[in-house]
Amino acid sequence: MDNFQMIVLLLDATMRTSTPLILAALAGMFSERAGTINLALEGMMLGGAFSAACVAYYTNSHWLGLGAAVLTTMGLSLLHGFACITHKGNQVVSGMAINILMSGLTALVGIALFAQGGKTPALDHSARFQPITLPGADAVANVPILGSLYSELISGHNILVYVAFLAVPASWWVLYRTRFGLRLRAVGENPGAVDTAGISVVGMRYKSVLCSGFLVGISGAYLSTAQGASFLSDMTAGKGYIALAAMVFGKWRPFPAMFACILFGFLDAAATRLQGVILPGIGEVPVQLVQALPYILTVILLAGFIGRAVAPKSLGRPYVKER
Amino acid sequence: MSDTIHTAHGTGATGTVPPAIELRGIDKRFGAVHANNSIDLKVEKGTIHGIVGENGAGKSTLMSILYGFYQADSGTIHVDGKLCNINGSEDAIAVGIGMVHQHFMLVEPFSVLENVILGVEGGAVLREGVDKAREELRRLEREYSLDIDPDAIVGELSVGLQQRVEILKALYRGAEILILDEPTGVLTPQEADHLFRILGTLKQQGKTVVLITHKLREIMAATDNVSVMRQGEMVAHRHTAQTSPEELSELMVGRKVLLRLEKGVANPHSTVLQVDNLCVDTSTGVRKVKNASFTVRAGEIVGIAGVSGNGQSELLEALGGIRAVSEGQVILNGQDVTPGRGVGPAELRQRGVAHVPEDRHRMAMVTNFSAEEAAILGYQDDKAYQNGLLLDWGKVADATRHMMEEFDVRPADPHLKAANFSGGNQQKLILAREMMRDPDLLLVGQPTRGVDIGAIEFIHKRIVAMRDAGKAVLLVSVELDEIMSLSDRILVMCDGFIVGEVNAADANERVLGLMMAGVDPKQAEAEVGK
Repeated sequence: MDNFQMIVLLLDATMRTSTPLILAALAGMFSERAGTINLALEGMMLGGAFSAACVAYYTNSHWLGLGAAVLTTMGLSLLHGFACITHKGNQVVSGMAINILMSGLTALVGIALFAQGGKTPALDHSARFQPITLPGADAVANVPILGSLYSELISGHNILVYVAFLAVPASWWVLYRTRFGLRLRAVGENPGAVDTAGISVVGMRYKSVLCSGFLVGISGAYLSTAQGASFLSDMTAGKGYIALAAMVFGKWRPFPAMFACILFGFLDAAATRLQGVILPGIGEVPVQLVQALPYILTVILLAGFIGRAVAPKSLGRPYVKER
Repeated sequence: MSDTIHTAHGTGATGTVPPAIELRGIDKRFGAVHANNSIDLKVEKGTIHGIVGENGAGKSTLMSILYGFYQADSGTIHVDGKLCNINGSEDAIAVGIGMVHQHFMLVEPFSVLENVILGVEGGAVLREGVDKAREELRRLEREYSLDIDPDAIVGELSVGLQQRVEILKALYRGAEILILDEPTGVLTPQEADHLFRILGTLKQQGKTVVLITHKLREIMAATDNVSVMRQGEMVAHRHTAQTSPEELSELMVGRKVLLRLEKGVANPHSTVLQVDNLCVDTSTGVRKVKNASFTVRAGEIVGIAGVSGNGQSELLEALGGIRAVSEGQVILNGQDVTPGRGVGPAELRQRGVAHVPEDRHRMAMVTNFSAEEAAILGYQDDKAYQNGLLLDWGKVADATRHMMEEFDVRPADPHLKAANFSGGNQQKLILAREMMRDPDLLLVGQPTRGVDIGAIEFIHKRIVAMRDAGKAVLLVSVELDEIMSLSDRILVMCDGFIVGEVNAADANERVLGLMMAGVDPKQAEAEVGK
């Protein structure tokens, strides 16, 4: 295998690994841009993955699985909203509570339903999202470089990968070009301004967490019915947190957040590829180090390499009317 | 504003035109506090109506009820003679009421245009409404000479301009009645003048303006009618032309108040504080104080004037030892005590520097502490409060009682939680804590912020008494009146520089205002002379 082919395969894997991160980062962005910290992404993703796997298994339909995942995560969003928006609770505590709840609940229900140690049964071909071959991909496959880039890298992913990448410009458009986005961003900066303009702060914040739930639901379904073929307990393995880190790294903006997700996805993909590889002068790279790279990078980047990330001004603060 | 022409809807036409606003029996309680006690108020169309009262008199609550921020427990609101049910800002906007809040309700990272259209975007996709909005903005700007770039980012505008954005927001929503809550607190005198010119124009166009303030000078200069509130009640309505500041202040406080501070001539002697080329940077590396050099002598009050945010706060914090100095020197009684180089606030206290910080709640006290705990903060290691290793609470309570007596803190209960005292009494307690230690130098920031008139009088007298006892006082305040009445010498700060020094005796508000905006003192004098 030549180097070019290897790079293409690596990038191809990057697309697959960054997909759930992108969806979750955008989900976090919708919530946080409106002022609600969403640490619950991890737990919601897990809940979404579990619902998708279960429903897809019973109905043999990945679309119903996806729908179940989205309903689950939107429900969890409402729970988060009820605690944080309606009752002005601590957003970090509520988020962590949902994470802990889902980690336990998915395993519990999984064992009760399938008795496979928290796993769900492997899904059939038809119950999973299948790769799509884009038009003309086979025809150009033999064209050097561009052809293989198109057929290997761009084509041949399942539809959720394309959804994730298209969700980035769509989110940008919604946030910056629509009335909804203007109000959403305003509510995260100065809810008082929104309230005095005659718009419901609580309503806007609920809408924002619902958007968040919708997007993170897709990422959950992706994990168990597209990338994988079943639900495994704690299969998110911190992806929710990494997505949150990517969102901060991208300064709460869709495109920079996407690039951050791609970077983290790339490290993840590289970690798999680098296992057992002997690098000249260094020797064999310890697997553990490679696997830890995305996490180490997260800490380093967040600790100082991104400059001062300016969070939405009222992030984390419940809105209390006061003078 | 006396020269503005009354329109057809002016004060004279009360018989035919229903009042723009009529409040009947508005009543509002917050727990035990009776914020508004059956308030009646009539505001005539096309007038500027002032509402004065001390802090906590209920002015802001009343206006918040009118704007739908709170709901009254009982009472009715009539706009243009029609009974209105105002349950939220959107209802107020719908009947043509606009409000400029004391703390601006602006989204700082947004442009002026985005701020203005928020809530009235004119379509689900922004582009649909933006062009029309831009045109309308241009028209409003011309009509009222507001002078604002619609594409400027609001967070980068000066406070005066941000306020105009608020006015623009209200006008864009078709406000016929504009309420301004303490609008001049953050403005330079020139900016305030500009604001009153704008209000005059609004009146000419037939709009109604309600001006809430505690500054009597503004009431006298700008309003047609004035209503006075005291302790949640409406105590008087007057035609401005038929009243005087003396009468109004008596109505506000409920007793006669001395508006002019009586103080003798200063008798300064030896230098206590000498500051040489002081530079102070923030943690992000922004230089806030630039090459400041000045002295403060025993027996004088030196005031530092400036629009808030021009380095006064950082200067005061540096001198108090809580902010490191980047360059320069601070010399106290002939000894180098430059903060940050081994000298901290505790040592400065020992050397006779008392510091009353600007922000009472953030830096001067812990609001959840009892009064006695608050009264020894910073001096808790003093032997006088100790009993071997432990604090002697009996002694602390006695000391606190003594402070309360001396500074007339009410209620005189050392065990009461600090948060439960009024702002004026909290401030008096802190002043007592710092001033009764007999310091050589008193650093005092915003001594009367959020304090009512009666307490202001008291605090001012105590500060002058310090001076007369031969102490050096450095006063930082954004209230120009306070600076002018207390200080013996006035330093003006703008953008971190001390732009000039003026003798208080020859100080002129207009000159100081121009200096606060960065104009060279000589040029400022020439300009005012014109």
